[in-house]
Parts: sequence; structure tokens; C-alpha cells
Amino acid sequence: MNWEFIMKYLPLYEKAAVLTVRIGVMGVVIAIIVGLICAAIQYYKIPVLKHIVGIYIELSRNTPLLVQLFFIYYGLPKIGIRTQADICGVAGLAFLGGSYMAEAFRSGLEAIEPIQAESAMSLGMNRYQMMRYVILPQAMSISIPAFIANVIFLLKETSVFSAISLMDLMFTAKDLIGMYYKTTESLFLLVVFYLIILLPVSIVGSILERRLRYAGFGA
Amino acid sequence: MPDLGLEVLLKGKNMIRLIGGLGVALRISLISVLVSIPLGILLGALMNWKNPITKAILRVYLEFIRIMPQMVLLFLVYFGSTRAFGWELSGETASIIVFILWGTAEMSDLVRGALSSIPKHQYESSEALGLSKVQTYWYIIIPQTLRRLIPLSINLITRMIKTTSLILMIGVVEVLKVAQQIIEANRMSSPNAAFGIYLAVFLLYFLACWPISLLAKYLEKRWK
Amino acid sequence: MAEELLKIEHLTKKFEDNMILDDVSLTVHRGEVIVVVGPSGCGKSTMLRCINALEPTQGGTIEIEGQQISQSSKNLTQLRQKIGMVFQSYELFPHLTVLNNILLAPAKVQKRDKEEVKKEALELLERVGLKDKADSFPRQLSGGQKQRVAIVRALCMHPEILLFDEVTAALDPEMVREVLDVMLQLAEQGKTMIIVTHEMQFARAIADRVIFLEGGKIVEDSDPETFFDHPKTERAKQFLNVFTFEHVKHKTIKKD
Repeated sequence: MNWEFIMKYLPLYEKAAVLTVRIGVMGVVIAIIVGLICAAIQYYKIPVLKHIVGIYIELSRNTPLLVQLFFIYYGLPKIGIRTQADICGVAGLAFLGGSYMAEAFRSGLEAIEPIQAESAMSLGMNRYQMMRYVILPQAMSISIPAFIANVIFLLKETSVFSAISLMDLMFTAKDLIGMYYKTTESLFLLVVFYLIILLPVSIVGSILERRLRYAGFGA
Repeated sequence: MPDLGLEVLLKGKNMIRLIGGLGVALRISLISVLVSIPLGILLGALMNWKNPITKAILRVYLEFIRIMPQMVLLFLVYFGSTRAFGWELSGETASIIVFILWGTAEMSDLVRGALSSIPKHQYESSEALGLSKVQTYWYIIIPQTLRRLIPLSINLITRMIKTTSLILMIGVVEVLKVAQQIIEANRMSSPNAAFGIYLAVFLLYFLACWPISLLAKYLEKRWK
Repeated sequence: MAEELLKIEHLTKKFEDNMILDDVSLTVHRGEVIVVVGPSGCGKSTMLRCINALEPTQGGTIEIEGQQISQSSKNLTQLRQKIGMVFQSYELFPHLTVLNNILLAPAKVQKRDKEEVKKEALELLERVGLKDKADSFPRQLSGGQKQRVAIVRALCMHPEILLFDEVTAALDPEMVREVLDVMLQLAEQGKTMIIVTHEMQFARAIADRVIFLEGGKIVEDSDPETFFDHPKTERAKQFLNVFTFEHVKHKTIKKD
């Protein structure tokens, strides 16, 4: 293992990692927002919208991110919608992630028995109060495992960004392997950096999950 | 109405080539799943062995496979195997190896989860009825495990099919690569082909995965 | 005669093709304790849920203190504050402490001063013997304790009428009594209550009137002595027989 090589190209990987995280986080945040809106629409069974959301979820869950990205980055410009590569990346993640988040939030909401809502309503609470003080707090904690799994999943999915010429970690690794043939070192750095990004999230997730399991909740 | 580049789809053998590309993806997924299922069950059983060393090694393997993006795993096998073992793997072979490794890891976890979700008193009540350990497993435990396992495995197949889109990056000629070729070939005659073609690819994947996921949902409901 | 607090007139409720409540009419006066009994089915609980507008109805009206209440009422949340309901499954909020369970609605819905409500809550908890559990979570309590907290939670809203939907049906026998005792206390204090229950001896002790609901209709409406000793209708008699054991094959139970 050529440590000199590793040291020399470490900064390049760092830069790539920052790009990956930046786009990843933005994508995840927007995915959460999209997911919350979709989950609310489905929970309250809003006519028309709930069908649109249903179709959206099926479309985005049954197609790979790479194909979605190709379509947004190479296809859409042909009908006039031109986007920068990194915006594409965020948009793709948000499109894909939104449906996964929606499912996670919806299963949390649906896990709360309707009679909890009725009990809140019997006390005179209106819909907003009921959601805010009774339903959402419980639903959130039920959704956490799926939510964390989704975050990790979305961060992993960022590895396809090199396909639309974003200089992320995969791009850097492939470049270096192509140029210098230092396969072992390049791959080593690749693995290390992904571990740096993903391990903390995974560990935080396990801790959160364990905490919530102790908090238990049976009424 | 702007030119959507759709007529390229109808030209010559383009559609067939695209579907053929998807066929590569489906073939790789199918092979990988079929091999992963028995290996995964084996691994799941091995995990229950008391030997701490095998447990630790398996644990590390599982966690690594699950936390690394599939793209990284593909790179590791495709580029790394040449360096480490001197192998000259084709993109397709490397893909199958990675998918089997990944599928086995996922499968073993599913098996472990399905087994542990069977309530303890299933074992107890069947033994109280006089069934032997083997009979208990064969008639009571395994059918129930399969009922939980199968919908989840089908979900795994869908995920694999989607992940095959990545193998384009290690040179395998699958549907996205074919799409690129078609677009390039028709650069002059249909400048907007990219829109139509990638839309078609999008729909092809959807048509491949959606029925399978519906099947999984149906089975899950039925076997609840 | 005390004022009419709750008036149900010609209430009809269907679910799909089944008639659950068939032209039910009932008037409840302030201070009355009404016990509703009858065979298992949806009628009794459904009637309570209709009073609280938790179910849609197909006919008839329900008035509380002269104001109509239904799912389309404009001031539904205000009207619901006048009605306190206790559920068979307690339905405490698991993510809040006992005290916060009780304080939530008075503070957020009635906008009362938190300290004042807290004082009242603790007093009520003391009266049901649960003051030391104020900071516990529902999962740390037994069924009987949870139900008593649920009653306190409903009381703190100062409702005009209290609805009890089979509140002891899910409890272990030892815990049933502690909840029934609380309800007896409330009756003694003059609270207006509608109680759906299977506890016949309790019903006899607490009721001012017993309503027998069967097949969606009120078949009998009498005072407890009449109902339990000399039921006016044949069907009431048959129903009450379910609760008595006269003859077991290898034993004879002597009747005095």
C-alpha cells in the first residue's frame, strides 16, 4: 500500500466527500418535506391528491435512482428543462426519497389506533391540537426506525451521482484508477470515506432505535 | 408540441434492443436471487451457531456488505479482484458475484428476522402436543417462516432489479447502455431522442418491478 | 323535576345494511344516573358514541343543554367539552405522564391557568388514591389505575355529563371494584352519568334508571328495583336469566 499516494490524493477524496454529503443532505431534507406532505394527504384521504400521491409513490419506488437521474439530466433538457448536475442530484434524491419517507411516516400515523384520536376529540381537541399533541408525537417515534433506514439508504444512493458527471467519491476513485492504476489505494480511500459518512448515521440510528424501544409505549 | 424523440423507439430494432438490455438485468437478478436464497438460509442458520469466531466473521461480513453502497461493492470486485487475485472478470461476472454476496447477506438477515418473529409458544405448544423437534420445525415453524419470508424476498428481487442499473458503470451492456447507444446513433436524425428513450427506460423498469411488488403486497396480505 | 340535560329523539343509526339504533329516544335529567344494559352488540356503545358525535347518524337529533350536537355541528369542540367520555381501553396518551394526560386538554382547549388545573388534578388524583402516580407513565400503571386516571382526565374538563363505555370490561376482577367505587363516589356527588356495563349488581346499586337496549330499540326503561326483580318485559327477563345460575347438573343451589 502506497501511503504517499494516499496522502497525496486524500484532499481530493475529501472534496468529493463534501460534495456527496452536501447533495445528500439537501436531498434528504427535501425528501422529508415531500414525505410529510404525502403522508398527510394519504392519512386524511384527501380526494384527487391521494391518487396522485399513490401514483407518484409507485412510480418512484419501482424505478432506480440512476434511471431517474438520466431522465432528469439528459432527457428533460430536450424539452427545455435544463438543470445543473448537482440540482439534478438533489431533485433525484428528493423524488426517490420522498416516497420512501412518505411510507415511513404513513405507517407511523396508521399505527395509532383511531380510538386514540377519538379520545382526544372527546376532550374537545380540534384536529390541529389532536395531531400536534397526541398523534404526531406517537407516530414519529414509531416511524423512527424506517426513517433512519431511509436516510442511510438515500445517502448510499448518492454513489450513482458520478453517472451524471458529478465529482463525487466514485468519480474520484474511478478517475484515479484509470489514471494511475493504484487500484488498492484508490479503493481503500473509497471505502474509508464511505465508512466515515455512513457509519456515524448508522450508529446514531441504532442508539435512537434502542432508546425508543425502552421508552416502550403501551398505553 | 416539441419533438419528444419518441419516434426513435419505433425505429428498427430499438425497442427490442432496449428490452433485451432489461433482459440482462432480469437474468442477473434472477440468477443472483436463486443462489442467494439457499446460501442466505444457510448463513442464517450458521449465525445461530454458538461459535463466537464464525459469528464475529459473519457479523463483519454482513455489516460491511450492508453499509457499503452497491456501487462501491461493484468497484471493489470488478477492479479489486484483478489486483488481489489476478482475475479478469467481465462486468457481468463481477455483477453476479456482488449481487450474490449482497443477496446472501440480506437473505440471512431476513431469515433471522423471520425465525425470531415466530412467538416462542409456537414451539412450546407444539411440543406440548407431542410433536418431536423435527416435526415441529417441518410442520409448524418452517411454513410460518416461509410465509413471512416470501413477501420480503420478493421485495429483495425488486431491489436487485433496480440495482442492476448500476452495472452500466462497470461496462455491462444493459438497458441504460443500450439507451445511450441508441441516442448516440440517432444524434443527427432525432436530437431529442434522449427524452423519449430515457422515458421508455423509466417505464420499462416500472413495468418490470411494479407487478412483482404488487405480488409481494398481495402475498403479504393473504398470509397475514 | 330537574332540568333536561340530554335529549335524544328518534335517533337512527345504520352501518352498511344493519340497523344499529332504531328510533331511539331518551331524556336524561341533571343529576340522573342512567345505566344501559343489553346483549352484546353494537347498540349500547354506539349510542354513547353518537351522543359524543363520534359516529355519523342517519336520523333523529341529540341535544345537549338545548344545543344540537352532531358531526356537522359548527361548535363541535365546545359541545364535546360538556361531555366527558371514558373508554373501555382507557385511551390514555402513552407518551405523556399521568399528570400531563390530565392537564393537556384543560390547558390547550379550555385555555385555563396551568397552575390552577394542576392543583385540581392533584386533588382529584388524591381522591382516587393515585396522587403518587402523577409523574408516572401510563405503561407503569395497572389497568384499574389507568382507568381511574382516565376518569380524572374526563372530570378535569368539568363536563355536564359523563359517559362510561364498559369501562371495567377489560379489567382483571380485582381491579374492577376500585373503578366502580370511584363511579359510586361520582354518583353520590350528583354527577349526571350514562353508564354502559355488564356489572349487574353495580348497576342496581348506582342507577336511578335502567335502560334495556336490544336490537337497537329501548325495550324497557325502569327503576332498578323494578328492572331486576320484576322486569316488565319478557325479553328483559330472558336477558337477566343469563346472569343467574339456578341448577348445575351435579349440584343443586338452594334458593331461600
